[in-house]
Amino acid sequence: MAVAFDEMNIPGGDLRPAYQELARWLKETPPEALEYRRQEAELLFRRIGITFAVYGDSESTERLIPFDVIPRIMSAKEWALLEKGLKQRVKALNMFLRDIYHGRDILRAEVVPDDLIFQNPVFRPEMNGQQVPHDVYVHIAGIDIVRVDAEDFIVLEDNARTPSGVSYMLENREIMMRLFPDLFARHRVAPVERYPDELLAALRSVAPQSASGEPTVALLTPGVYNSAYYEHSFLADKLGIELVEGRDLIVKNNEVFMRTTEGVKRVDVIYRRVDDDFLDPLTFRPDSVLGVPGLMSAYAAGNITLANAVGTGIADDKAIYSYMPDIVKFYLSEEPILKNVPTWRCREPKDLAYVLDNLGELVVKEVHGSGGYGMLIGPAATKATIEAFREKLKREPEGFIAQPTLALSTCPTCTASGLAPRHVDLRPFVLTGSKSTTIVPGGLTRVALKEGSLVVNSSQGGGTKDTWILDE
Amino acid sequence: MLSRTAENLYWLARYVERAEYLARTIDATLRVTALPAAYIGKTNEWDSALLTAGVAASFYQTYEEANEHNVVEYLSFSPNNPSSIRNCIEAARLNSRSVRTALTSEMWDTINSAWIELQAVWSKGTSTREDLAKFLRFVQETSLRFDGSAYRTMLRNDAYWFSRMGVHLERADNTARILDVKYHVLLPEEEHVGGPLDFYQWSSILRSVSALTAYHWVYRETLKPWLIADLLILNDTLPRSLASCYGNLVRNLDQIGVAYGRQGPAQRHARGIRNRLEHSNMNDIFQHGVHEFIQEFIADNSRLGEIITKQYLI
Repeated sequence: MAVAFDEMNIPGGDLRPAYQELARWLKETPPEALEYRRQEAELLFRRIGITFAVYGDSESTERLIPFDVIPRIMSAKEWALLEKGLKQRVKALNMFLRDIYHGRDILRAEVVPDDLIFQNPVFRPEMNGQQVPHDVYVHIAGIDIVRVDAEDFIVLEDNARTPSGVSYMLENREIMMRLFPDLFARHRVAPVERYPDELLAALRSVAPQSASGEPTVALLTPGVYNSAYYEHSFLADKLGIELVEGRDLIVKNNEVFMRTTEGVKRVDVIYRRVDDDFLDPLTFRPDSVLGVPGLMSAYAAGNITLANAVGTGIADDKAIYSYMPDIVKFYLSEEPILKNVPTWRCREPKDLAYVLDNLGELVVKEVHGSGGYGMLIGPAATKATIEAFREKLKREPEGFIAQPTLALSTCPTCTASGLAPRHVDLRPFVLTGSKSTTIVPGGLTRVALKEGSLVVNSSQGGGTKDTWILDE
Repeated sequence: MLSRTAENLYWLARYVERAEYLARTIDATLRVTALPAAYIGKTNEWDSALLTAGVAASFYQTYEEANEHNVVEYLSFSPNNPSSIRNCIEAARLNSRSVRTALTSEMWDTINSAWIELQAVWSKGTSTREDLAKFLRFVQETSLRFDGSAYRTMLRNDAYWFSRMGVHLERADNTARILDVKYHVLLPEEEHVGGPLDFYQWSSILRSVSALTAYHWVYRETLKPWLIADLLILNDTLPRSLASCYGNLVRNLDQIGVAYGRQGPAQRHARGIRNRLEHSNMNDIFQHGVHEFIQEFIADNSRLGEIITKQYLI
C-alpha cells in the first residue's frame, strides 16, 4: 500500500499552510493540557447525552463516540473544489432518481443495466410515476469523501437515505469552541451553526401544494432505542419542530395528522429518520410498529412530503455506485469533479475472477450492507477469514463489490503515546430544497483511532473530529 | 403539543416525585426503628413503609420478612419492583430522553447526571448506613434540583402545566397513602388507645412529608394527632397537604383550559375534589371516619389521573 497523504506534514519536514497555526499552538500547549481537555470533552458529551447505541451489544446500550480534540483543517480553496464536486454529484443523484421512477432514459441508453434496478430490493415500484415536489428526492445527502493526495477527493459512498452524523458536526464545534477559545481566536474558521436553519428552509420549500402558507414540519424517529436517537432529538430541538414517533401520527382522508393535546394537527413535511421498509405497515413491512398506516397513500395523494423521498436507496446502492461517473456524465454532460474508487462488480464474471485471485489486497463490501458491518478488509484479515469470505462470495457474487484498499489521508490525532497520524474520512451534508443546493462548510470527520486501521465507522471503534474550513 | 410529549412530561414529574417520597419514607423509617423498642411499640415499621409505598403484596411474593435489609433493598434498588427508586429514576431518564426537546437543558442535566451517578450505586449497592443515608439524600436532592430547574427555567406554557400536574397528583397520592396507613395513630385523643409512645410515630409521619418544622410554625403546639391530620389534609399552606395539591391541580388545569380555550371533565373533577376539601373540617372528617375519607380521596385522585389521560394524553 502506498504511503498515506498526511494533511499536516509534507514529507521532508514542512507543514501544509492550513496547519501552521495549529502546529505552533500545539508546540506551546503541554500534552497534559490536551489530555485534560479531552477528558473534559468526554464529560460534556456524557452529560449532554450525546450517545449512540451499538446494535448487538447487550452490555452497554449507550456509548460515546470517542472525540479527538485535534481539529482537522482544510483551506478555503480545497473546500471550494469539494463543494463544487458535491453539488454536481447530488444534482446527478436527484436526476437519476427522477429518471428511474419516470422515463428511464438511462436504462434505454444502456448506461446502467436494467436488472440492477428492477431486481434490487431497494427499488420501490410504489414510486413509479409518483410526483415529488420540485423533483427533489434527496433533500439531505451525506457523501463520504476520502482524500488520497493534495488534489484528489474520492467519493467512498453516497448516503441518500437517512444519513446521520450531522449532530456531531454541530456539537463537536460547540465543544471545541468551549474548550479551546484561544485556538479559535488564532484561526478564521467558517461557522457551521446555520445548518439547522438551512435544513428547515429546505424542508419547508418542498411542502406539498395542499399545505398552508406556513407548512408544518415534523421529524419522524423510530424512538429512543434507535442508535441515532440523540441526533433526532437534537435536530428537532434546533429546528423547532415536533419530534414524532409513528404512533403520534394518523392518516385520515389521505392527510397526515399528529395527535396533540388540543386534538389533531395536520403535518405537511416529514423529515423521516425511519427506513423505507418501516414507514407504512400497509405498504411495506406489515410487522413494522415504527411506521404510520396509510402514510404511503397520503404520499401518493400528494398531501405529504417525505424527506428523503421513498426509494432513494436505488441511488446510493453499492451496486449502482460504480456507475456514478457515467450517471454524472449522462445527465449533466460534465466530467465528474469527484472521483470514484475503482470498483470491481463481482456480478461480472471477469471482475469476480480478479477479486477471488486478489482477496488479500482488496476491500470487499456487501452491496446492501452499511455501517462497516459485514465487510472484508483483505490486508488486515486472517487467512481463515479470507477463506470463509471466499465461500460467501462464490455463493452469491452479485451481493458484493470489491475495491482496492485506499491509502486514506491521515491527520494528527491524540493517542496514548502522544500525537500520531491516523486515517480520516469526511462526511459533508448536502441540502437540496426547491431552489438551491447548499452545503455548510465542514462536515463530520471520522477518524480510525487504532494505528494503521482504515475503518472509521463509529460502530467499529472510530472517533470523530471537528472539521475546520479556514477562511482565506 | 404532542399528546405523547405531555404524557411523558407528566409521568417524568410523577416518577421524580415518587422517588423522593420513597427516599423520605425510608429515611423516616430508619429513624424510628433506631429507637429502643419501648418508644415505638410493637408495630413493624418496615411493614408500614411497604404499605405506604403500596407495594406490600408484591414484596411478599419475593421476601418472607419485612425487615430493614429486605425493605430497603426492595424499595430502593430492586429492578423487580416497578416503583423502586431505581426504576423511578430509570423511567424518569427514559421519559426525559423521549421528550428532550420539551425539557430545558437544566432539567435534562439534572436527570441525566443523577442517572449516571446512580449507575455506580446500582452495581455496588450501599454497604454501610452512611452510604445509604448519602444515597437517600442524593435522591431527595435530585428531586429538589429537578423541581427547581423546572420552576426556574421552563416556559409557562402547557408543557410546564402538565409537568406540574404530575407533581401534584403524585404528591397528593403519597400524602394520602401515609395517612391511610397511619390513620390509627391520628385519631383524636379520646378515641385513641395508645400513649406517649405515639409521639415518635407522629414525628415520623411529619418527617416523611418534610413537615415537622412546618407543624411547629403553623400550630405552635406540641404534636397533636388531629392537628397533624389537619395539617396534612386541609392546610393549604403546606405544599404536601391534600388541599394544597388540589389548589395547584385546579390552577394548572385552569391554565390549560384557558390556553386551549376549552374546559372538560378533568377540570370539573378536580374542582369537585378541591371544593370538598375546602368545605371540610377535621371534626366532620373524624365523624365520618378518617379512614373512609382517605380511601375515598385516593380513589378520587387516581380517577383524576385517568380523566387527565383520556382528555389530553392519548
